[in-house]
Amino acid sequence: MFEASDLNNRNRKVERLWGLLFLMMTILLILPVLAILGVLIHEGGPILSMDFLFTEPKDGMTAGGIFPALVGTVWLVTVALLASVPVGVAAALYLSEYAPDNWLTRVINLAIINLAGVPSIVHALFGVGAFVLFFKFGTSILAASLTLAVMTLPVVIVATRESLQAVPQAFREACWNMGATRWQTIRHVVLPNSVSGILTGVILEVSRTAGETAPIMFTGAAFFLPFLPQSVFDQTMAMSLHLFVISTQVPGVPEALPYGVALVLICMVLAMNAISIAFRTYLRGKKKW
Amino acid sequence: MDKPMQGADLAIDTEKLNLWYGTFQALYDIDLQIKQGMITSMIGPSGCGKTTFLRSVNRINERLGYVRTTGSIRVLGYDIYQPEVEIAQVRKQIGMVFQRPNPLPLSIRENVIFGYRLAQGNQKVGRKERDNIVEKALREVLLWDTVKDRLDSRAIGLSLEEQQKLCIARLLPVKPTVLLMDEPCSALDPKGTEAVEELIWELRGEYTILIVTHNMAQARRASEECIFMLLGKVIEHGPTDDIFVTPEHRETADYIEGRYG
Repeated sequence: MFEASDLNNRNRKVERLWGLLFLMMTILLILPVLAILGVLIHEGGPILSMDFLFTEPKDGMTAGGIFPALVGTVWLVTVALLASVPVGVAAALYLSEYAPDNWLTRVINLAIINLAGVPSIVHALFGVGAFVLFFKFGTSILAASLTLAVMTLPVVIVATRESLQAVPQAFREACWNMGATRWQTIRHVVLPNSVSGILTGVILEVSRTAGETAPIMFTGAAFFLPFLPQSVFDQTMAMSLHLFVISTQVPGVPEALPYGVALVLICMVLAMNAISIAFRTYLRGKKKW
Repeated sequence: MDKPMQGADLAIDTEKLNLWYGTFQALYDIDLQIKQGMITSMIGPSGCGKTTFLRSVNRINERLGYVRTTGSIRVLGYDIYQPEVEIAQVRKQIGMVFQRPNPLPLSIRENVIFGYRLAQGNQKVGRKERDNIVEKALREVLLWDTVKDRLDSRAIGLSLEEQQKLCIARLLPVKPTVLLMDEPCSALDPKGTEAVEELIWELRGEYTILIVTHNMAQARRASEECIFMLLGKVIEHGPTDDIFVTPEHRETADYIEGRYG
């Protein structure tokens, strides 16, 4: 009496079909990633060496290493992080914990989401106008990093707000009902329980800026600089711009060189992501609920 | 703060309290006098305004921006809706226990001492003082013997009944006078309910307790006075025995006998 009916059989066939379709889409998604990595490793892998990482470019950038660009990107991302994290986290705290639910808050939230959609070249021009010219930082790491920071602010805010809102409302109510102010509630309950999510989200988002080219091109990244930046007011080389330059602007660059640069850039971003994920796992283990 | 007005022996005294959520009126002209040191239960069908009333007594409702209140609520003779009133002070006097136990994601010890620490401001709480306070509060809620050996373990690991007791215990170190309880037993099993009810009964006299419940039997066993609300209005308020045995209003009788609700 429990044999499959015709309807059961038909359902199962349809079921399998949909499963297959979704699986195929997933594979389609992974394929380009694997292809990119594969080509990069195949073409660029052989050129990688300590010398490549730690020496300067030579012979009009057709030989030598990438050290100034590597250091420059680390500078740019670090300063961008230092600028965007405090501002972004503070803004998210306001929006999530303090702001009343009214039209102004809603407009601000909408603006933040839209800001995330502004093309990076527009941010670049804003950076030139605001940081290079108006604040007179000149083309410098500071100007370039601030431009990157402005660009990443919306995603920092969104990532932070999501982490904050993952903290159960019941904890906040419990705190308020014991006479805690909002700040005390944030300080003792909300932040300790969301810091892992905030940091991970923020590092993931900001590490992507390592690959941005347009926003730093006019604001602080140099075509070629054989020495390392000494302060945030110096110009610097950067991996992304270096890749662009040797791929399109300089004649006679050996084929393997751009692949090598791209591979290093991708590895940097992956490493940052790995660190942030390890960090999250560590902090989650300490969570108390 | 102004001088206590008439009726300081009343823990809560409201006059023409009206409350709106946006355009929806949730409370109509509530005049309630709740005596000090007594357990008063509030019963009534869902959505009749019990919880809303409870939440306006410690002013947690107004966090929702669209809430509007008129009339007055006096607690221990002081109007808590006066502009000079500090909400933190109100909340210290009026503790609240929620439907679902909501211990903070901290250790048992830290949960109990949390409110006290806040009240002490920047002063450090010494280890000895802290341990005394924690023990006293946990003893008061009949939890000390079960948790005294694991004060540093996570509060979330306790059973729901123990969590709810802990949630009551953490209110006590700041010496509140009124405890508001919003269906404190609805997430508990019968045994847990019994234990928490027993505890509430123990706390009678020392604290004024206002308890919202959907459980008729609970209201009947565990309260001295009873308030019946319907559609945002107080229908009847009197000694629990009178309400249950000889209700004055038809609606009360119908509700108690389970004809709606």
